[in-house]
Amino acid sequence: MTTIAVAETPLVLALLRLADTCLVHSHRLAEWCGHAPMIEEDLALANLALDLLGQARALYAYAAEVEGRGRTEDDLAYLRDAPQFRNLLIAELPRGDFAFTILRVFLLSAHAHPFWQATVRSTDARLAAIAAKAEKEAAYHLRHSGEWTVRLGDGTEESRRRVLAAIDALWPYTGELFELDEVDRTLLADGVLPDPAAIRPAWEATVARVFGEALLPRPADGWLQTGGRCGRHTEHLGHLLAVMQHLQRAYPGLSW
Amino acid sequence: MTEKPMPLWEVFIRSRTGLAHRHAGSVHAADAEMALQAARDAYTRRGEGLSIWVVPSAAITASDPADKDELFEPTSSKPYRHPTFYDIPPEVGHM
Repeated sequence: MTTIAVAETPLVLALLRLADTCLVHSHRLAEWCGHAPMIEEDLALANLALDLLGQARALYAYAAEVEGRGRTEDDLAYLRDAPQFRNLLIAELPRGDFAFTILRVFLLSAHAHPFWQATVRSTDARLAAIAAKAEKEAAYHLRHSGEWTVRLGDGTEESRRRVLAAIDALWPYTGELFELDEVDRTLLADGVLPDPAAIRPAWEATVARVFGEALLPRPADGWLQTGGRCGRHTEHLGHLLAVMQHLQRAYPGLSW
Repeated sequence: MTEKPMPLWEVFIRSRTGLAHRHAGSVHAADAEMALQAARDAYTRRGEGLSIWVVPSAAITASDPADKDELFEPTSSKPYRHPTFYDIPPEVGHM
């Protein structure tokens, strides 16, 4: 089986982290296609998935250019194995129930919106352009998932039970949103990416506002999961990639 | 089952080129905000819209199809209400 080894300079690695998170989360949302509780939400979740897929494509295409070895966005998406994926662990967790799905979109987009807003001012013009488009999409993702979170939290006994369980399951995975390693520090110093510490207050404020309205408790700070950004994944990612990469693996070079 | 059925909303979209909102279809949603979002996701996927209205379907008062004779038949004998009924004198030119 072909597996490519990407030369991960700081910028390439940072782009892969963003792109992989978008792609893997997009795939989890796309798993709802045809299965959502109502047609309206089926369309809404597919729209979210397509926005994220578009962001992933733009980021992969740029990463491939920066790497400069003639690879394409498809090579990066389909020809790497799980240990080479750099996505946040929260994105790869199985789709769960509707409350879990919505809360994951909420926690991620509450970060993505201020993150892309700040990245519009990146010293990297290409990344700034990607951010300008992604920022508008993230604003809607946050609005849609935020409104649902309020209705699930302050809804029926069952919806509340489910969203509380989702908070318990997802909260330990939110720490990765604000990690800062050597790669991040390099790009931060160059003004390419924003400082996670500067994004955090906006994320905390959004979570506090929506959880407050939803009558949901913010969990106490505790132990947090880590590893996805360095390629240490849960057992779920391999299964996801087996499905997502199947056609390219079975028929290398296949195109539509 | 204690769940209430999800209310129906009528969706009106004002397109980029249109002046007025036009009926696009309907969506199910629990409340107005979610109806607006459902309408956005269902009916503006191809860049159709610049503005959306959603109205509870129950708020619409409709005419009874059985009344169509008394409501609409009388106008068929009044062709003079159409501008094409009148001959325009040639001196007026193109209107």
